[in-house]
Amino acid sequence: MLKYIGKRLLMLIPVLLGVTVIVFTLMYITPGDPVDALLGDSATAEAREMLREQLGLNGGYFERLFRYIGNLLHGDMGISYATKQPVFTRLLETFPNTFKLALLGVTFSVVFGLTVGTISAVKQYSIFDYVFTFICMIGNAMSSFWLGLLLLLTFCLKLRWFPASGFSSPKHWILPAFTVGFHSAANIARMTRSSMLEVIRADYITTARAKGQKELAIVIKHALKNALIPVVTTIGMQFGALIGGSVLVESIFVVPGVGKMMVDSIKSRDYPVVQGGVLAIAFFFCIVNLIVDVLYAYIDPRIKAQYK
Amino acid sequence: MSEDKLLEIKDLTVEYRTVDGVVHAVTDLNLSVGRGQTLGLVGETGAGKTTTVKSIMRILPDPPAKIVSGEILFEGEDLLKKPENHMREIRGEKISMIFQDPMTSLNPTIPVIDQIAEAIILHNKITKEESLTRAGDMLELVGIRRERGTDFPHQFSGGMKQRVVIAMALACNPQLLIADEPTTALDVTIQAQVLELMKDIIKTRDTSVIMITHDLGIVAEICDYVAIMYAGEVVEYGTLRQIFENPKHPYTIGLFGCIPDLYAEDTALIPIKGLMPDPVNLPGGCNFHPRCNHACEKCSLERPKMIEIEPGHFVNCHLMAKED
Amino acid sequence: MTETTVVNAAPEQETYKKRGQGKEIWRRFRRSKSAMLGLFILLTLIFLAIFAGVLTPYDPTEPDVPMRLMKPFVDSAHILGTDELGRDIFTRLCYGARISLAVGLIAVSISLVGGITLGSLAGYYGGTLDNVIMRFVDILMAIPSILLNISIVAAMGQGLQNVMIAIGISSMPGYCRIMRASILSLKDQEFIEASKAAGASDFHIIVHHIIPNCLAPLIVQATLRVGGSILACASLSFIGVGIVPPTPEWGAMLSTGRDFLRDAPHLTTIPGITIMLAVLCMNFIGDGLRDALDPKLKN
Repeated sequence: MLKYIGKRLLMLIPVLLGVTVIVFTLMYITPGDPVDALLGDSATAEAREMLREQLGLNGGYFERLFRYIGNLLHGDMGISYATKQPVFTRLLETFPNTFKLALLGVTFSVVFGLTVGTISAVKQYSIFDYVFTFICMIGNAMSSFWLGLLLLLTFCLKLRWFPASGFSSPKHWILPAFTVGFHSAANIARMTRSSMLEVIRADYITTARAKGQKELAIVIKHALKNALIPVVTTIGMQFGALIGGSVLVESIFVVPGVGKMMVDSIKSRDYPVVQGGVLAIAFFFCIVNLIVDVLYAYIDPRIKAQYK
Repeated sequence: MSEDKLLEIKDLTVEYRTVDGVVHAVTDLNLSVGRGQTLGLVGETGAGKTTTVKSIMRILPDPPAKIVSGEILFEGEDLLKKPENHMREIRGEKISMIFQDPMTSLNPTIPVIDQIAEAIILHNKITKEESLTRAGDMLELVGIRRERGTDFPHQFSGGMKQRVVIAMALACNPQLLIADEPTTALDVTIQAQVLELMKDIIKTRDTSVIMITHDLGIVAEICDYVAIMYAGEVVEYGTLRQIFENPKHPYTIGLFGCIPDLYAEDTALIPIKGLMPDPVNLPGGCNFHPRCNHACEKCSLERPKMIEIEPGHFVNCHLMAKED
Repeated sequence: MTETTVVNAAPEQETYKKRGQGKEIWRRFRRSKSAMLGLFILLTLIFLAIFAGVLTPYDPTEPDVPMRLMKPFVDSAHILGTDELGRDIFTRLCYGARISLAVGLIAVSISLVGGITLGSLAGYYGGTLDNVIMRFVDILMAIPSILLNISIVAAMGQGLQNVMIAIGISSMPGYCRIMRASILSLKDQEFIEASKAAGASDFHIIVHHIIPNCLAPLIVQATLRVGGSILACASLSFIGVGIVPPTPEWGAMLSTGRDFLRDAPHLTTIPGITIMLAVLCMNFIGDGLRDALDPKLKN
């Protein structure tokens, strides 16, 4: 198992490198000279050159790419054009909030998704199944930003149950976490339901029944673990969508996270910050995927055997 | 039928209610198995054999399957009237089942010994360790080393998996063992080994067996009694000798015509013409009449009744009535 | 339980194959109520998009400030009310349908073509090419799609065309993987070998034998992704990097409505419901298609 994890960690390196190159390239070809934006037209050529060097904007594509990657290894992600702070420092401030939001969201979505999906499948065609299948369809089609706005409107502005901004108490996190997780919760529930439906028709479930095992034990001991195999992949993929969704949700609920920082920076064309934000989240997502894959191998002995 | 019957099925009718219509899987079926006897249930794919035995275990998928009428008497008690929790005590302990495909009938995420031990611990008040020891004994009984118990199903070959399934089914020493085509999914050489193993175990344990198969060779080797099924009905029932030496129903005769005989001079096989009827739209009358060479008008109009043509030999055909 | 289904399969299917297949799929599709509802919503949206100019007398972008922030269902002249500049919301929704449907269709086409090509090459030829393509796909998948969208749009500039390309690129990896997996499972089957033995070219084999055989999952995925693309476009516009105002894009409408959330919530709720309906109808159709194309899945 350790060998497998080590192998996966090694495989992570080219992916992260690739992500860096792609994100860097996209930002490189982005039109508009930040020097113009910062200094205005009236600045002297000398001043422009100085700033260019200071921001690391001098040199050709490869020179700048290698410099960027080199700096990245030292934890240097450039300087924000707008605030002149190092991007890395700003990430250290904002990332914990995004992490917390994502973690709360994913916990909610996994708990909700697995429970609802399993019950729906076991009690197929029941009222519970119909109601939650409907809710999950809506959840799947609903954009997180719209859901966020609706919740804000209903619970903060109209009912005043929750505060609209500020993050001093756990209460503040409920709505954003729900918003960020709802879409994934719906998808995980749908996936669990269909996977579970397939599994409970499998022959080995009939075998368990033929042994005289109780229904509840069959579901928990025999079905769930098998049904989880495809669901775990979904959870991993949903995590990506969920972190992505936090970009939108953070700006609705004014969460001081990476997403909000990025959206603000796009508007002010502060590209080093956007670049840093994308990289941070992509790196985070890669680690999550690694954890999911290890989990996957843990659940499915057939996968584990391949890496012995 | 006589009194020392372990299992008696009376007028069992099972339907599948699907969007395409009602599938008449089993209609007015009568069968019985005596203590220590082995019954062969023979028929083509779709004849309703699996449905019949799953009705005994009450493990039909409901919906869409529905047991419409009939009784299944096991030791004199109607299984269809039993509450689910009583039924659970019977499953695995008194009646157990070996499934057709060993590839899919073991849980891929649980070590095999735990799957055997599960059956043991459910029906015996013993500790987990004791159940594992007994599960290990069962593995050795079917010719698998005890140490391999902690392996997962995917680490076994098909024949080995079927041995595990057999061990699991016999773990609680059931009175009735149902084997649903236990060798169909296996290679021919492995088939022989598994069959031999089953034969040994059946003999030493005095277990009653229902053996589903469409291989008449297996029937000849193992069974005491034979029931031939066609389109959800038993068309002929009797002792092994009666069926093999004196088959009466045109379908049974047809089945024997499909077996190559090494010693016969005429080597051409005689297939039964046509296909099994669509179980949603059964032809009416005798279900076999569209394919029967001897069919007359009566066959398409009236359902034939079971006729006892000699002691213990029943045939479900109008032709038999004519002979009287 | 499997026994009973096999029996009647053979005689019907052999007689009419090609004509019957389409009919059979339609018959199964029609049986799903939600799929038919989805189709109805989609046709309505298409109708509104095509006849937007005829259906309403208003211009989608021309401000009419005296009429601003009218509540919905009050005045029959502005059935869904007006926005912060007095523009008729129903009109803007109709014109917005053009954009959303176009984005859905074109973004999916881009990703479909790209994904099928890359996936076929990777799956069919294997080896180094497979490695290069799949590592590239891995990298694309490591970036959450909305961030990839944001980065691409930022690099290429805002506007409808670039939004479509961005969404197209970021949903390409999914098709690529489906295609590659299907090819790998098909490649060694006898009919491909038979075709090879008969002297068919690789291109011929891919186009005539492999693609038709993995069409079902691709069609289903594509239909579902239309909804996803509409959502992605709205998200981009919502954070202000997608389609530029005053173009009547649903997400952009929602975004401007935020500032009036307290006093005129209909500016956000109405476009929100519309987006949801559009995505929902594509999901319904996609689910219906999956069940119709692969009856094994539905019991």
